[in-house]
Amino acid sequence: MPTIPTEPAIQVAGLRKSYRSRSGDQLVLDDVDLVVPAGTVTALLGANGAGKTTTVGVLSTLLAPDAGTVRVAGHDVVREADAVRASIGVTGQVTAVDELLTGAENLRLMVRLAHLGRAEGRERVAELLERFALTDAADKPVSTYSGGMRRKLDLAMTLVSAPAVVFLDEPTTGLDPRSRRTLWDEVRALVAAGTTILLTTQYLEEADQLADQVAVLHGGRVVAQGTPDELKRVHDAGTLDDVFLALTEPAAATPAETTTTDQEAVR
Amino acid sequence: MTAVAIPPTHPTLRPRPVSDVLTMLGRSLLRAVRYPALTVFLVVGPLVMLVLLVYVFGGAFGAGVAPGVTPGADGRAAYLAFIAPTLLVITVVGGATSVATSAAMDAAGGIMARFRTMAISSGSVLSGMVLGFLVQALVAVVLVLGAAFAMGYRPDAGPSDWLALVGLLVLLGLALNWLCVAMGLHARSVESASNLPMVLLLLPFLGSGFVPVDTMPGPVRWFAEHQPFTPVIDTARGLLAGGAGLDGATVVQAVAWCVVIGVAGYVWARSLYRRERRL
Repeated sequence: MPTIPTEPAIQVAGLRKSYRSRSGDQLVLDDVDLVVPAGTVTALLGANGAGKTTTVGVLSTLLAPDAGTVRVAGHDVVREADAVRASIGVTGQVTAVDELLTGAENLRLMVRLAHLGRAEGRERVAELLERFALTDAADKPVSTYSGGMRRKLDLAMTLVSAPAVVFLDEPTTGLDPRSRRTLWDEVRALVAAGTTILLTTQYLEEADQLADQVAVLHGGRVVAQGTPDELKRVHDAGTLDDVFLALTEPAAATPAETTTTDQEAVR
Repeated sequence: MTAVAIPPTHPTLRPRPVSDVLTMLGRSLLRAVRYPALTVFLVVGPLVMLVLLVYVFGGAFGAGVAPGVTPGADGRAAYLAFIAPTLLVITVVGGATSVATSAAMDAAGGIMARFRTMAISSGSVLSGMVLGFLVQALVAVVLVLGAAFAMGYRPDAGPSDWLALVGLLVLLGLALNWLCVAMGLHARSVESASNLPMVLLLLPFLGSGFVPVDTMPGPVRWFAEHQPFTPVIDTARGLLAGGAGLDGATVVQAVAWCVVIGVAGYVWARSLYRRERRL
């Protein structure tokens, strides 16, 4: 099915966000610009504390931006938060499942909150359990699940409402290689079905494998954005690891091809 | 066929408050069934107090609450009649302290953040919890009342008194549950979530719960007469006594306190739910 992108799924311009605390404000996102075309996977890379989770928080309506415009699925995250919420699914770093309920009960909770019909809901639950290889564990309490099973259930819960835009914040952190592959396959299947995905990751191989586009977050800005191959070429690097290291070095001695790195050099 | 990249918003994803609250209530009750220890704890606490206070202290205390009663068996019966209403109120308070822990658990785990990113009625998450624990508290109240009956408690309440008592306990439960949801969200950790609500469990002791307030020294008595639990307990006691010694002003005070606590708790809880948490 050919898709004609009318509006990017995610549009961020001049996003600024700081956390207020007693010891003063801490600026996390200075001036973030990001465009994610519909139906693609974008990987958001950055060192620990670079603001990846904060970015996802703003995009998923958990945090209010201090400045800038943020549109997700064609809606403004501040003025049309409910419309955004109706179009997104979020799997955060902290596993968001109810430990006391079984896997199937967790999924049924999502079905009811998505206001799906009874028959449609039952079908969706069975399909998701099957897809994530959780059918055998469906009626066991989540407290007995392994870390990988929890992660899978978490993602399955996110997908119950068939969201157009999915945010995955470090989805494979702590997963064994097999579970990681399962998740990658799932991401590919979602994109093939037209879903837009923004994922944050520490694993550059993951970005290389999955992402149509990579954005590197550093110093509160997106310092580079492009396909993995483009970034490797521009930075004359063999792997994304090298690109990442070059871009996120504390005193970045970066090549001056791109305007964003020019700004870095001026500082 | 022209395919658009962004599918139109699913029409069924609009918030539906009633449906969402019922879903969340269902979740809360299912959690109670899965983790019965919490409900058992709600019953066991007041039960231990009831047995201890009646069988150990009651024989001597009875004469203090019902002048002219001889110590011993008559004293125990008189004291049981005096404190049974108090323990029903304390059972409701116990339910509220559990709400705080539950709210703090949801906030600490990722599930509350998940709910906040979903197109659901924003009040439903906390309302479901408040109502779920109210149901648990009322079940516990019935069991505690049953134990009091087994110990020989025979209230003089008529049908309308019972109905009014249920209304009072429901109102008190809603008010305290909203306050405790807020306290639970305010707490920095799950472990400290029940610290603030514990103060609520002390208040019946600093009021008319276990001894008549006119036996207390000046400042303590003043506090006892002006805190919310005294009119609530006096109303419950009066209703169970079939209306004997119950004046309208006390009932009005009891209801007013519940409304004030409930509204304040609701407003506080809603603002804490919307508050940004650092990610």
